[in-house]
Amino acid sequence: MRLRTLVWREIFERKNQLATSFLAILLGITVIVSIKNITFYSEKAVAKELDALGANVLILPKSVTMQDYYSADMQSEVIPEEYVDRLTNSDLQGLDNLSPKLSVPIIVGGKTVTLTGILPKDEFSAKAAWQGAGIFSRPQNCGTVVDIPGLSSTSPKETLVRKRVIETLGSNEILVGADVASSLRIREGDQLEVMGRTFTTTAVLPQTGTVDDARIFAHLHTVQEMTGKGSVVSAIEVVGCCNEISLGLVEKINKLLPDAKVVTITQVVDTQLKTNRTMSRLSTVFLVIIILVGGASIANYMYANVFERRKEIGTLMAMGAGSSVVLKIFLLKALLLGLAAGVGGYIIGTALAIVMGPKLAGVPVLPMPTLILLALAIAVPLAILASFLPAIRATRLDPCATLQEM
Amino acid sequence: MLKIEGAKKHYKHRGQMVAAMDDIWLDIPEGDFVSVVGASGSGKSTLLLTLGGMLSPTEGKVYLNGSSLYDLSPDKRARLRREKIGFVFQTFNLIPYLTALENVQIPLFLTGASEIVQREKATALLQRIGLADRLDHKPSELSVGQQQRVALARMLANDPAVVLADEPTGNLDPETGRQIIGFLEEINREGRTVVMVTHDPNAASKARRTLRLDAGRIMNGRVPQS
Repeated sequence: MRLRTLVWREIFERKNQLATSFLAILLGITVIVSIKNITFYSEKAVAKELDALGANVLILPKSVTMQDYYSADMQSEVIPEEYVDRLTNSDLQGLDNLSPKLSVPIIVGGKTVTLTGILPKDEFSAKAAWQGAGIFSRPQNCGTVVDIPGLSSTSPKETLVRKRVIETLGSNEILVGADVASSLRIREGDQLEVMGRTFTTTAVLPQTGTVDDARIFAHLHTVQEMTGKGSVVSAIEVVGCCNEISLGLVEKINKLLPDAKVVTITQVVDTQLKTNRTMSRLSTVFLVIIILVGGASIANYMYANVFERRKEIGTLMAMGAGSSVVLKIFLLKALLLGLAAGVGGYIIGTALAIVMGPKLAGVPVLPMPTLILLALAIAVPLAILASFLPAIRATRLDPCATLQEM
Repeated sequence: MLKIEGAKKHYKHRGQMVAAMDDIWLDIPEGDFVSVVGASGSGKSTLLLTLGGMLSPTEGKVYLNGSSLYDLSPDKRARLRREKIGFVFQTFNLIPYLTALENVQIPLFLTGASEIVQREKATALLQRIGLADRLDHKPSELSVGQQQRVALARMLANDPAVVLADEPTGNLDPETGRQIIGFLEEINREGRTVVMVTHDPNAASKARRTLRLDAGRIMNGRVPQS
């Protein structure tokens, strides 16, 4: 006979009465674990989607009003290309990719399309190598996200569409938007004459549903040379870390480039932040509910249990059990209840998150072992605290009242 | 061994003061077998609980082997009960979710005995009272006579010097009742002091002496010393 044998046997003797309290905590923990689990993977997925969406900060000439994010660069105003160097050499944290653009309307094959000059990434690498500073020396993991099963990474061909940057682009190479390629019947490898100069089509870009589908992309310096505009760009697209944006990246760029206008897709960032805040609030609400309902349920059950067992307690006291033994009997029971509800809530909550995550948040969810610590950190203290007063009451029972027949 | 000096126990019941013990003086030497008789509400059970260190008197002193029970801390009193006193109840008070063996192990568990010692001693006690084949039975699976025998084995687990029995035959048929009284006589012959509250004149007659209680007073007890 040990204390735990005594407690364990009693639990199974009166398991039906215990079931309600156990279920109250179990359900609370289940919901909290589920929300936390889904939220974690939802945040990761949103970060990944933002990353895939492309630039979330635009640097434009001061006088430009932005009507459409994707066509913001299609205006006659320009800013110096030197701004790119300033950004590259700055110590700003949170800049992921920079994509300067110069766009001009042109006619090809009788159709009006937009010729957009872009700077491939290898030229940034060269700049960084020359100057030894800038965005390529930013802290690791900035703007990069963990790979999540089910969300495949983009193929090299799509990087311009998804990440607003491509690795290389020769001076006589072009990338053709889906609509342009379709209307002009252009395929990869085809030659195309643009403004009297012959280019090779390196790739036909996939459909995006934006004005990018009606663009032809060439090397920025080639476009600058062809249009005779000099070292200028219409806009600089920036992929910034969401965290850094929320920490004031836009204001910092504004300080660095006071003559330019800096705008961000605030809605996208806000959506993520709002989702996080909502999930966090929901989690807090459930925490309060579980403390109130679960705690009250356990306290109520324990009071009833003490009342029901008063004869047993009196007998134990008659046999010489001190108040500490009686206290331990009830607190050990509470501990077991908390442990079982915590572990059970973690298992069911995780299973629920795995099943419901894809349906509710559209993201695949994996188990998070660290959440078992959270589950136990809530369930065990709650069960013990709620049982404490009933347990104290048990130690103070009047033995005469407990042994009624005496 | 057991001594009560001028014990009174008063409590309020529906606004009126009731005397459960009224100036009780009692001296029970070691090895005595005392039966306590009296009408319901005469204070028999109050006297038994007071002797067992479970109920402090409003006035007076209670001594066990010379030490004043109610001058001890509750924990020290509990230890004294563990080591010196065994209770037998009318309704047996076995713990319903434990087996016969486990019920007998409880007093040994409370004294901190190892599980092996608990099991060996409890098994021997149950064998002594003829329940060797009922070790793993729960109280609900035993007859009332068997339940009271398990309760007796439990009472003996820590080898108490004093046995306090409250109506030990009250719920039993005459034959089983006789067996239980025979058992109490046997443990008295071993040298233990037995105090038994009973309504049964036959059971009371087996004791060496009988105390008659009426309205909290001993009618045939020792007169207080001046």
